[in-house]
Amino acid sequence: MTDLQLLTYIVVGATFTLYIGIAIWARAGSTKEFYIAGGGVHPIANGMATAADWMSAASFISMAGLIAFMGYGGSVFLMGWTGGYVLLAMLLAPYLRKYGKFTVPEFIGDRFYSNAARLVAVVCLILASVTYVIGQMKGIGVAFSRFLEVDYEVGLAVGMGIVFFYAVWGGMKGITYTQIAQYCVLIFAYTIPAIFISLNLTGMPIPQIGLGWTMTGSETYLLDKLDLIVQDLGFSQYTTSARLSQTNMFMYTMSLMIGTAGLPHVIIRFFTVPKVSDARISAGWALVFIAILYTTAPSVAAMARLNLINTMEPAAGEYMVYDERPDWVTNWEKTGLLKFEDKDGDGRIRYSADAAVNEVIKVDNDIMVLANPEIAKLPNWVIALVAAGGLAAALSTAAGLLLAISSAISHDVLKGVFKPDITERQELTASRVSMAGAILVAGYLGFNPPDFAAGTVALAFGLAAASMFPALMMGIFSKRMNKEGAIAGMVAGLSVTLLYVFQHKGIMFVADTAFLGDLPANWFFGIEPNAFGAIGAVVNFAVAISVCAMTSPPPDHVQQLVETIRVPGSVQAPSD
Amino acid sequence: MTPAQQYWRANLRLVAGCLVVWFIVSFGFGIILVEPLNTIRLGGFKLGFWFAQQGSVYVFVALIFFYAWRMHVLDRKFHVDE
Repeated sequence: MTDLQLLTYIVVGATFTLYIGIAIWARAGSTKEFYIAGGGVHPIANGMATAADWMSAASFISMAGLIAFMGYGGSVFLMGWTGGYVLLAMLLAPYLRKYGKFTVPEFIGDRFYSNAARLVAVVCLILASVTYVIGQMKGIGVAFSRFLEVDYEVGLAVGMGIVFFYAVWGGMKGITYTQIAQYCVLIFAYTIPAIFISLNLTGMPIPQIGLGWTMTGSETYLLDKLDLIVQDLGFSQYTTSARLSQTNMFMYTMSLMIGTAGLPHVIIRFFTVPKVSDARISAGWALVFIAILYTTAPSVAAMARLNLINTMEPAAGEYMVYDERPDWVTNWEKTGLLKFEDKDGDGRIRYSADAAVNEVIKVDNDIMVLANPEIAKLPNWVIALVAAGGLAAALSTAAGLLLAISSAISHDVLKGVFKPDITERQELTASRVSMAGAILVAGYLGFNPPDFAAGTVALAFGLAAASMFPALMMGIFSKRMNKEGAIAGMVAGLSVTLLYVFQHKGIMFVADTAFLGDLPANWFFGIEPNAFGAIGAVVNFAVAISVCAMTSPPPDHVQQLVETIRVPGSVQAPSD
Repeated sequence: MTPAQQYWRANLRLVAGCLVVWFIVSFGFGIILVEPLNTIRLGGFKLGFWFAQQGSVYVFVALIFFYAWRMHVLDRKFHVDE
């Protein structure tokens, strides 16, 4: 075993021991503790847990790489995945906290006075969360196999074991406190390499500012230099290359924003704080902790792209000599994430946008974050920390999603609809059983990733945007919205989005069944399938409002319920 | 208007104002107006690019805290005691 591997085992082992220690301490003794951690979590602590809950393997490992190759077009992820918190903080979180129960479908069921609405919400929740959790399971397996060089399956099993331990034992209480620890691990792991890389290239230790700084020993700004060299290679300019079109970027950003606000595993985190005002402030803290990573990511992206090009072409026209390639290149070539082919046999590797002469056959997005410490020649403990950070990001999100799924099953389906008379103790047992079941199903899907696994995370946002967000928003902001409208809206939004994705990407992502073909020419106003959630949401609103206008208004007690979640009971006339 | 109606109106006005800012910094500055803004420089950044990749995120954070603070003021004005 090499020094690096040993160190990685030690660091990852230490973090896992910490998570287990927290799990033993945070046992859930009641359903309130299991579902909402007892409801007494400090708003800053909840903000930190929400950040870890939210930032997944995709945010940690893949996002910077995506931006590195998309340039300005990658902004859809940065704005979309943060702007959703503004909507969450002002349109959903405080009112749902005021309502004060355990799950999102429970609110839908009460507000729309119908078990059918509750079950439709459970279906939407499970579709969005299960597709999302598959990505996390894969992330856990991949992180293990890359850094610890164990088999994907072994890695996945170890990860499942850890989640099983603290999620089944501690429920939301265990998950909350492990997420706080996981946030600390992942944010150190992300920012430390970024600081060193920024120092390296610009002499400025704060990566956010370094991105707008001049290159070390020159008067040229980093972004100007990057624009120049990517254009020399034949790529489009880094700072202006849009994602397809302005309309598409608009819709993509909007879909990610409302999808973020409508994801149940994020919403239920705000049920854990003591007061409504805490829910508001806690959303602010959550975004602070998220923004630390999300404003570092564009710097990592641009700097990693620059470093990559410099490695491939150290001086203009002088391409990398293959036999003299740096160690990190050799290491990542072994994983298959980096591939070269010396087409002209001159012993040098040429990187170009022109496919005919390009000899860099494959650069996986994930390399941009994973290989960063090696590219910047950082010590081995930093590399070990990145491994632990990637695992923390995947584990924390997986646990949050699993809780949303299992509480929907034990609280909404079992207790809410089929067996309302079970006792608290029986429900607690049921919630543990359904959590264990959810972990096993997620693990099974991780061992046998379905064909559509690649498209799943984007699909989860589309589904949440088109089904959950409009229903919740109308439930709060319209007293007139009735059960007929809400159910029809959710079903319509969900169907339209699924249909659009399937017709271009294939039914359940089996490419042969894509009856309209995955061709931009066939796209509705040139909107790519991943960006369609916003249109699905518009359909949801339109259908709900039309159906509602033709059917009778909700009963008085429901209108009363809306009043209580909008306005505090103790409100008095202002004294001035 | 009852105090409850006044409170809800004030909340809606505040949310609407914040969402206008939310829309302008992201969809406005980051996407629709990105090209004209890119002619303006902020150090090494083109301004439109900066809003799309960093500026909008900072404004989002500030907006949520501003909203929470204004709601706190509103709660006190209406003697809300949670």
